[in-house]
Amino acid sequence: MSDKLNFHFDVDGENFVSAGQASVQVKKNLRELGLPPEVIRRVSIAMYEGEINMVIHANGGFADVDVYEDKIVITLDDKGPGIKDIALAMQEGYSTASDQVRSLGFGAGMGLPNMKRYTDDMQIDTRVGVGTKITMTIRL
Amino acid sequence: MNEYRHSVVLDKEKCTGCTSCVRRCPTEAIRIVEGKAHIDPDRCIDCGECIRTCENNAKKAMCSKFEHYTHHKWKIALPAPTLFGQFNGLDDVDEVLQGLLDIGFDDVYEVSKAAELVTAYTRLYLKTEHIKKPVISSACPVIARLISLRFPYLKDNLLPILPPLEVAAILARERAKRKHPELTDEDIATFFISPCPAKVSYIRNGYGGYKSHVDVVVGLNDIYFLLLGAMKRGRSPSVTGESGMIGIGWASSGGEATALLNDSYLSADGIENCIKVLDSIENGNIPQLEFVELNACPGGCVGGVMTIENPFIAKTRLQTVRRFLPVSKNYLSPEEIAVPVDFLTDEKPDYKPITRLADSIGESMRMMAEIQTMKKKLPGIDCGACGSPTCRAFAEDAVRGLAGDRVCVVLAQRKKEATEE
Repeated sequence: MSDKLNFHFDVDGENFVSAGQASVQVKKNLRELGLPPEVIRRVSIAMYEGEINMVIHANGGFADVDVYEDKIVITLDDKGPGIKDIALAMQEGYSTASDQVRSLGFGAGMGLPNMKRYTDDMQIDTRVGVGTKITMTIRL
Repeated sequence: MNEYRHSVVLDKEKCTGCTSCVRRCPTEAIRIVEGKAHIDPDRCIDCGECIRTCENNAKKAMCSKFEHYTHHKWKIALPAPTLFGQFNGLDDVDEVLQGLLDIGFDDVYEVSKAAELVTAYTRLYLKTEHIKKPVISSACPVIARLISLRFPYLKDNLLPILPPLEVAAILARERAKRKHPELTDEDIATFFISPCPAKVSYIRNGYGGYKSHVDVVVGLNDIYFLLLGAMKRGRSPSVTGESGMIGIGWASSGGEATALLNDSYLSADGIENCIKVLDSIENGNIPQLEFVELNACPGGCVGGVMTIENPFIAKTRLQTVRRFLPVSKNYLSPEEIAVPVDFLTDEKPDYKPITRLADSIGESMRMMAEIQTMKKKLPGIDCGACGSPTCRAFAEDAVRGLAGDRVCVVLAQRKKEATEE
């Protein structure tokens, strides 16, 4: 048997309406694996925030959820503008989202802080003008 | 609770194995096995979508027949407010209440009357400190069951007040005993007139450890024709309705929420919409709300599958009926500052990971990998011809060993064409 199980999603950058679909799908898959509800919820929230971030800031990207027997690793990979100041981006309430995005109810500046809060580990690998790769781990 | 008794049943004679219900079921609980629809009782939430969608009327809700209950001395009708929306040209609910007495009930206790009390108690409850918000209505049993089975994290958001039909059953019995002290408990029976199979299941099975106070459930569609006959006779009503606009408003979506006089609410109807809202609340991406009302049926209870009238027409009729009523006829006294314990419940069914593939995560992972591999080979057109709702579901059935002799028709055809060439 393979040592991990992968769920791969294309996150469509143009589409606010479908944003969040991957997190719903992941939830369904994790339920089938019989993971505890609390873990499923944490993965789902982290995933949802990540998805929205990619739609708002990076014109979409890829999301991968890798399930191991002892952990779940979520990888979000985009070719967006990159994060200039990570410390600032991690502050609750700080957001660079446009007014138009805010008018839709997004851009509250809670995305990255929530992703960190609901996961055991979060690594941000970002380069301005190149893209961002966020790796989050939830231990089982 | 040993076994959950569902109220949605199949008439095998009528089922053509057409797959409409298979594809419409929100919990993917139905498969076509040997040409007939088969419902997985663990997954079914009694929402009634399959009844709604079946063109052959092969799906039915099981109810008791009012005519079969002759031995009780004191029969009390508990009509759901939806009932009042079923009659053309009805101006006054009193005519319906009289009709219920004329067909053999000894008393009527409107569920909408109890609903007004539940509204008043909910307003009190919302002011309680340290409760989980948004508070989610517990009136629709489909939603309550869905939350317990699929959204366990939201369990504590459920309103811990008994739904109006239970409050009605308790108060109706108390009133009968007060008015007629000679009656024993066995003499009295409460009959809920239900718009949907979910409430039938709720009453039969209870909820978690809670046992329903309703004695018998009859279908609204069943009692309708009896009632229509009695109402045509036009006897002038000897009873007066005891509920106002708020109580009757509970029949349609938004009625319960708007009655709270709190503008921080959301109301949604239709099972798919409700699931989306629950997903959003669970992910924390819904603005801070005080109250959420969810109704599995489109339009609210007026959209129940055991109703006669189109939900939108029923809703319009209810507006006519409500027109001359006071806002509410049931108020709490100023001394009532907390919800009576009799009407509170903390009983909830336990979370059951019903979709879990195997007992251990390792084994589940192995099966999931197998499902993914198989899914890639399937055509992905979700035609339903194999009897599963989607190709993904078929792959899952196969890996779980539930597919039996069912095969992918498209793949079989392709294989056949390949060998012929």
